[in-house]
Formats: sequence, structure tokens, C-alpha cells
Amino acid sequence: MLNVPKVLKIKDIIKETPTIKTFFFDWDMDDEIPYPGQFIMLWNFNDEKPMSISSIDLDNKEIGVTIKKVGPFTEEVFNLKVGDYLGLRGPYGNPFTIPKDKKILVIGGGVGMAPVTCFTDYAVKDNDVDVVCAAVNKDELLFEDRLKKSGANVYNATDDGSSGYKGFATNRALDLIKESHYDFAVVCGPEVMMKPTYDILEDNNIPGEYSLERYMKCAIGICGQCCVDNTGWRICKEGPVFSNDDLKLITEFGNYRRAPTGERI
Amino acid sequence: MLETEFCGVKLKNPLMLAAGIMGSNASSLNWILRSGAAAVVSKSFSKDPNPGYHNPTTVEVTGGIINAIGLSSPGVDVFLDELKAVELNEDGQALIASIYGATPEDFVYVTEKIQDDVDSIELNISCPHAMEGYGAAIGQNPDLTHKIISAVKDVSKVPIIAKLTPNVTDITEIAKSAEDAGADGLSLINSLGPGMKIDITTGNPILKNKFGGMSGPAIKPIAIRCVYDVYDAVDIPIIGVGGIQNYADVVEFLYAGANAVQIGTSIMYEGVEIFSRINNDLEKFMIEQGFDSIDEMVGFGHK
Repeated sequence: MLNVPKVLKIKDIIKETPTIKTFFFDWDMDDEIPYPGQFIMLWNFNDEKPMSISSIDLDNKEIGVTIKKVGPFTEEVFNLKVGDYLGLRGPYGNPFTIPKDKKILVIGGGVGMAPVTCFTDYAVKDNDVDVVCAAVNKDELLFEDRLKKSGANVYNATDDGSSGYKGFATNRALDLIKESHYDFAVVCGPEVMMKPTYDILEDNNIPGEYSLERYMKCAIGICGQCCVDNTGWRICKEGPVFSNDDLKLITEFGNYRRAPTGERI
Repeated sequence: MLETEFCGVKLKNPLMLAAGIMGSNASSLNWILRSGAAAVVSKSFSKDPNPGYHNPTTVEVTGGIINAIGLSSPGVDVFLDELKAVELNEDGQALIASIYGATPEDFVYVTEKIQDDVDSIELNISCPHAMEGYGAAIGQNPDLTHKIISAVKDVSKVPIIAKLTPNVTDITEIAKSAEDAGADGLSLINSLGPGMKIDITTGNPILKNKFGGMSGPAIKPIAIRCVYDVYDAVDIPIIGVGGIQNYADVVEFLYAGANAVQIGTSIMYEGVEIFSRINNDLEKFMIEQGFDSIDEMVGFGHK
């Protein structure tokens, strides 16, 4: 299979929140089955960006890609309708580990809920899963209902307190950790949220996996754009999912990232 | 057994990382060095920051990829910190900076800024998807090639390698011009073409830049022929680059006349482990064939 965008018709679009939509596509599961935590490169015939896979339906051979409107590219994608075309390349990267018979804490913030909800779909079958579902406010909470239906215990946290706990996902997670013992954690959100979450999980000796994001160009492990300090690992190949032990070596985590020029920002 | 040298730079084996591949920061260059490459060539950079082209910048095709990254770089002032952070821990490891520009002054400026921190400089006068006046626009013109290399050689304290484009009528003409201007060595070849790929559902060219340089296994026969011809035409050493996937490809380049080789696109297929695997296989081959040194193999194909 060549690394070329598959140009597919948008099968369905769900408006999840005022700023987030999920786009569904038919996906040939005989070709390459995606796993939770992997991403695709989304091409709108003008630009191409990495996007999380948020749902994998093996029976109906369908995947969902969840996108937050943050700039010109995502705005263009938001204007598309069912039946319009998009190009999808992938799936790329290493997925989350799906454990068995464990007590799991899932922590997601904003559109970072997308890959961890996909993980939760898979993990609830054989594990006891608690999810911290965090957003700026009630309207922006992503996948709350879907998570509840999946069988996970869902704990909301909003910055303004309009739903559930008032405050950051990190603090809500800390409260849960005080109450019960967790064997494993899965985290995705802005890096300003993931860094303190990582510190808390480290302090409590909870092994975790984190989904990182960097500016990407090739996504096939050669251009070097998404290589992180100090290991040189490629987010598109060795990532985007990293363990606690991995993050100890990724010195730029929580500190900086690189712009398309390669300059640190 | 694998030790060799290029332009007086000692190399623990003949394998180098090619420019433009995992070469945007010191961390990934160090990883490649730890993975067994004797030398790493940085991604090409110039005086000023350049974001390059918009995505899609890379697409796979049969036998390789086409790319139009567009020489993205943070500019020499920022990149110098990355070069300084490259760790050459072993004897026989080297750092080569790939630089680009539009004028002799650009190349001279960057050379003077970096030459205390690198073992050698490769001049990218051959990028097939560069902006107007850069890259292959230089390397397709023997006079311009001569001017830029002469200017750099006037100020340089480290060996200067000119990376040439195959996209010319007669590559030996350009190679001779580079040698005459004082180039210490040559890298053959930069990516081929440019090439294109069009999506058949919508009719859109996939690369944002529409066209890009072709690299990967499909271009190897052309690279071998270029090295073979240029070996006969000049007296300066050659680095062979283009589509190397395994030890046999390396042997072919050595036989064609290369003293060392660079590996790039095949990291997509093989990962960074490609360097140690080729080193092991190459040594086995040499023992089987009765070669005692890389030097003995250089030009062996010229019968």
C-alpha cells in the first residue's frame, strides 16, 4: 500500500460541539485496520494536517475523524457537506496499549477527547474505565454521552464549572487518584494539561500513555519535522503515543515545539 | 574493515545520512549517528528562516517518493545551535552541513558562520523544487556552479562537497566545472525530475507545489550511471546517493566509483536500523569476496 491519500466521500457529519465536528468515512478494513491512538493525514486539496481517529467501526467498516475549528484549514473542512470529498492517508503512528482486567483512568481535554474516547470504546470490554472528560464549558464537552453509553464512568470537569467539577482535568484526576487505585492511565489534551497530568501520574506511580502532537509534513518518518528533543524520535513513527518512561526522555515535552521552519516556539 | 575517508575526513564506515532526511535537529542527527552512520548531513539551510511549501509536501509513488518540502529551515543563526549540539562521540564520525542560497554571497555568508562547527560542507546547488534562482537553477548552469564553488572555496577551511543534479544533459560537464572551481568532492545525485502525481478522483495534483523531486529505489540506476560517468571525468572523490536500500546497492555505488554513500528515502521502508544492517551485511560481503578495504572496491566496476 503506497502512502497516497485515499480520496473518500464524507459519509456523515456530526456536530459534536459549537467548535467540533466528526466526519465519517467508509474504510476498507481488509486494507489496514486502524487502532485507537493512531492518526490520519487529512487532505482537503489545499493543505494536509494530522487528525485523530475518533471512532473505528469494524462491523460497518467505517471510521470517524474528529476536528476542532482552530484555523483556516479546519474552517475549510467545516464548510464541507456530506458527499464532498476529502483525502485520507494512514493510519499512522503507534496506537494506545489496550490492557486487560485493569482499573484505568482516562483523562482528556477539549478535542483531546477524540483519541482517548476511541481508546475507551476498546478498553471498556475487558477493563474498569473511569474517564475525566474536560472542556472549557458544558457546551464544549466532547463525547460525554458516547462515553456513558460505552459503559465507562464519566467525570466531567469544566473550566467555568458549567458541568461537573469546576477546574482543570488535572485536578479532577488527582481527586480520583486519591479515592481509588489505578493500574494504567491514558491522556490526551493540550500539552499544558498533559505535563501536570504526567507529573501527577508519575508521583503516584501510575504508568500512562500520552498522545502528543507536533507540526507534521511527510508523516512517513523521513522529513524530520516532527522529531523531538532529546531522543530524536519521530512523532509520526515512534509516537504519537508515548509512555511515562518515554516522556522522561522527551525533554521538549511541556516546554516547546518546532514551527514549520524548525524554529522553537 | 569498513573504515574509509572522504576528502581527508575519517569515516568509520562508508555510510552517511543524506541531506533532507531526519536532519532538522541535533537530536535526530545524534540518533542516526548512534544507529551506525559514520556521518550525517544536515537538512539544507541558508541565511534566513524559510517555512518551505505548504502540505502536502510528500507523496509516495512506485519505487520511492516525490517531495517538495521547499528547503524549510530556521536559518543559519538558529540552526548553528543544532549543529553545535551534534555529538560525535567516536572516532570516524563526522558532521556535514548542507547549505543553500541564491548567490555566491549567500553561500559565503553561511560557510563563514558554520565552518568552525562542522567537518565538511555540502553545497545544495541541485534541489529540483527550490524557489526561483535556488537549487537546480544553479546546478544546471556550469558557470553559476563554478562561481559559487569558487567563492566558497576562497573562504572555506573545511572540505567543500558539491551536490549535483542529475537533471542535466551531461552531468560530467557540471562535475568538471565543480572540480575546476576547487570542489573537494561531489555528491551524486540529488532527487530526480521533478515529478508529479495526480489524484484521479478529483484531478488534483497531490503536492501543494504540484511537482517535487523523486527519490528512492527507482532512481538508483540513474545515480549509478552518474557516478560511473563522473568517476571517469574527474579526479575528486564522489559520494553516491540515490535509492540505496541494502548492502548490494552500496557495493554497486562503490564499484561505480563512489568512496562513500548516503542513505535517505529508504529509512521510510527500513527505519533507522538500515545503517547497522547494511554495515553488517557489507562486511560479510567483503569477507566473502576477499576485499580488505573499502578503497579496493572503489571503481571496481570500471573494466
